[in-house]
This record gives sequence, structure tokens and C-alpha cells, in this order.
Amino acid sequence: MSLSAKQKATVKDFFGKMSTRSDDIGAEALSRLVAVYPQTKSYFAHWKSASPGSAPVRKHGITIMGGVYDAVGKIDDLKAGLLSLSELHAFMLRVDPVNFKLLAHCMLVCMSMVFPEEFTPQVHVAVDKFLAQLALALCEKYR
Amino acid sequence: MVEWTDSERAIINSIFSNLDYEEIGRKSLCRCLIVYPWTQRYFGAFGNLYNAETIMANPLIAAHGTKILHGLDRALKNMDDIKNTYAELSLLHSDKLHVDPDNFRLLADCLTVVIAAKMGTAFTVETQVAWQKFLSVVVSALGRQYH
Repeated sequence: MSLSAKQKATVKDFFGKMSTRSDDIGAEALSRLVAVYPQTKSYFAHWKSASPGSAPVRKHGITIMGGVYDAVGKIDDLKAGLLSLSELHAFMLRVDPVNFKLLAHCMLVCMSMVFPEEFTPQVHVAVDKFLAQLALALCEKYR
Repeated sequence: MVEWTDSERAIINSIFSNLDYEEIGRKSLCRCLIVYPWTQRYFGAFGNLYNAETIMANPLIAAHGTKILHGLDRALKNMDDIKNTYAELSLLHSDKLHVDPDNFRLLADCLTVVIAAKMGTAFTVETQVAWQKFLSVVVSALGRQYH
């Protein structure tokens, strides 16, 4: 399910529009992940707090969104572009890949909340595909 | 049996009492057919689903979206026994409609995105937690009688 040229353009366009709110959306998305899917907190047991809205969660959500934006710039070859990030996730973080889908869903919800008009079904499918491709690239080194 | 706090019941009831079934039902089903195109397999008799524009303009899809959303009313009225409330509907989806139960989850996700767009900041973290809990119980009940 790779992205068409049109969908890549749609993703770049929407992320461009989103850039002023990307920190908020990233922070909110991770907060919602740990709230709606409490099992995901298992990856953050080393933090002072992993509750939704807490400072470490918000900060990390911003970090993750930064990574997503970086991936937008590498949309034409995510596998190559995300190689070191994939190694990080495979050998150090070892996040179960099912969680990438859960976070993607939370990101889509936040995008929809902040940009109800712009987040059309066509934008939704392009972004969903992009996030899925991103997750696949992150899993590249897992086994 | 699923336990619901008073707060969760209030949140779910509030969402439904402010719900425009036609708008949200249509938008959710259209979004599902566009974002997950393989779901179109169940809608062969629904006319033109050629692209996103025709899907969104299709009156049969709009009507069906409304129907599906009203189907959630039963769960709302019987929150303490959603499993048994949907036993018959589950069998229908299994034996007559032959719908892969994973599709319930896909539609539920699209419904969540549409409701989030409608409610904006009112779709708080607490709201999303309660809403997704409700939908996951519904999805589970609808898949329960498959054999």
C-alpha cells in the first residue's frame, strides 16, 4: 500500500498546514495514547509520570512529532531515511509494532480535532498510509 | 460484564443526545469506504462507489450510514448488557452479511475521527477514553457470535 505521487503531495501539503500546531498535536496524541490504551504506559515506567497531560508525556509527544516531520522530508525513501531510527527502535526501545498503529490513530484523531475542514477523507487516507509506511520503515531492523 | 462509571455513562449519553445521525452516519461510512477501500466489498448493490467524490454524493451510502449509527442506540439503552443486546445482530453480520469483524473496528475508528472533528476541543482525553471504551465493547459484541 505505497503512496501515489498525489498522496505524497497531499501529505506534504497537510503537514505544511499543520506545522504551527504540530507540537500541540504531538503532545496531545501521546497523551491520548497512554489514556486510551493504558498498556502503552509500560514503555514509560522509567518516567516520573506517564499520565496523560504530564510534562514528560507532552515533551515526548513533541519529540515523536518532530520525527514524523523529519520522515515527511524523506517520504520518497523512508526505509533508507529512517535506518538509524529503526535501529534505535529495534535494538534499544523494542516497541511492539502494534503500538505504532495505536499512536497513528491518536494522531489522526488530534489532526481531525484541530483541522476539521482540512482533514478530509482524502487527506485522512493519505496520512494514514504515510504513517503506516513510516511504521514499516521503523520496523525494518526488528528481525 | 463491563463496568461503567457515572462519568462514562454521562459522557456517552451526552455524545448521543447531541448527535446529528444523518451527518455523522453519512460521514463515518463514507470515510470508512474511502480510507479502507476494501470495505467496499460489502456494498456492491449500493451504486456508484467509483471515487471519493461519488462515494460522498451517494444517497444509498448516506442512508445506510444513518441506519448503522441508529444501530448504536440499542447499545446506549443497554450499556450494562451490550453483549446480549447484540447477539442477534452479531449472528446477522456473521451468517447473512458475511462481514469480516475487523471491519467493525475500522468503522469505529472512522466514527471516532468524525466525532472528534465535530466536537473539536470538547473531545477531551476523558471523552475519547469513554467513547473508545464504548465502541470497543460494541465491536467485541458484534464479533462475538461468529462461528
